[in-house]
Amino acid sequence: MSVKPVLISRSFPKVKISFAEKLSESELHLVSSTVDTLQVNVGKLCNQACKHCHVDASPIRTEIMQRETIDACLKVLRENNIKTLDITGGAPEMIPDFRYFVTQAKKIGAHIIVRHNLTVMFEKGHHDLAEFFAENEVEVVSSLPYFIADKTDAQRGTGVFDKSIEALKLLNKVGYGIEESLKLNLVYNPVGAFLPPEQSAIEADFKRELKNRYDIVFNNLYAITNMPIARFLDWLRRSKNEESYMQKLVNAFNPATIEGLMCRNIISVDWRGNLHDCDFNQMLEIPVVSKQTIFDFDFASLKNRDIQMENHCYGCTAGSGSSCGGVVA
Amino acid sequence: MHYYNEEDLGRFGEIAKHKPDLFEKFMAWYQACQEEGALSKREKALIGLAVAVTVQCPYCIDAYTNSCLENGSNMEQMTEAMHLASAIRGGSSLIHGIQSHNAHDKVSM
Repeated sequence: MSVKPVLISRSFPKVKISFAEKLSESELHLVSSTVDTLQVNVGKLCNQACKHCHVDASPIRTEIMQRETIDACLKVLRENNIKTLDITGGAPEMIPDFRYFVTQAKKIGAHIIVRHNLTVMFEKGHHDLAEFFAENEVEVVSSLPYFIADKTDAQRGTGVFDKSIEALKLLNKVGYGIEESLKLNLVYNPVGAFLPPEQSAIEADFKRELKNRYDIVFNNLYAITNMPIARFLDWLRRSKNEESYMQKLVNAFNPATIEGLMCRNIISVDWRGNLHDCDFNQMLEIPVVSKQTIFDFDFASLKNRDIQMENHCYGCTAGSGSSCGGVVA
Repeated sequence: MHYYNEEDLGRFGEIAKHKPDLFEKFMAWYQACQEEGALSKREKALIGLAVAVTVQCPYCIDAYTNSCLENGSNMEQMTEAMHLASAIRGGSSLIHGIQSHNAHDKVSM
């Protein structure tokens, strides 16, 4: 089955030297090394509308993954022995087949990661999410930009911080961040046009402050750089920060990050089944070089493919680098 | 017309134009001071911000505000550092009041 891509308006940040030229200067090539993770973006529907969201997700979006595409993802996982399923959105829990996807993937034996926004737990029909995650030993990865309410709310919406704290307490209550098999990882990203601090330093701050203020524990904190696309790029432009932010990313380009970039070992699947090198390329409608879909997935050709680059890629190579799992160098 | 331009911070290297050896020595010293040592980078960034506010250098205030944020400090912490620097500056003025007391006492019966 073929999936016709729907092109939406795309915008790329402006820089004086393109990312491709920068790589060429360093005599580096960006080629994948394997596919050990299938990162599936199940849609743009979300109960929040964060200012920096690269998906442009919100409660009014209607694009969500259907059962046949989910089944195709499960088939690819099973037939290619791909160990990790990384489910993201939007708020992935809001699609009707979310629990089907998780329980079926669990049966296959996949390690399941859900990028969970915490507040969706308080939406109708999701009150038992913590228990559901625990039953399926889902690794939960949740954004919490800062341990102070006003910073978190400035980025994610009024009241999000308080709800997030309550959700973290519920996750701790069922064993998340405490039991070995129930991993709870948080994501820090700067609330503005600056680079993230050293990951270990900010993780220590979060652990100390969340424990002291709210008696909350978690496993790891991933420090992620804000990607200059979509809503964040729009904000950079409106606040007249685009030029200085991009210069900051270019100046901080670190060739040592290339080897560990997430695009080298994941395949990103969109809600229609199209394949991309990462979730950011997905939002910019940049398909994998072979333009494959989940329905004609060919592991052999994908595991050693040329990665498609644009200037937003500077976001993953600045300083210690950035990925869905935090720093890469 | 104003004397300070934000983009001039990025032109700092042009100072090397007429005396490159001295600028090179300055930059080596400056950069070595920024490195993590007995003090963390975060502590150094907060000291830098406090000094920047004290010497009232707009370029330094801009640079060290960003440096503090990129080392994980928040505005509450940064404001405490700025208050401390300002209080010391205020105190350094006020302690000179003792000179006035001395001068007064010298000429007074």
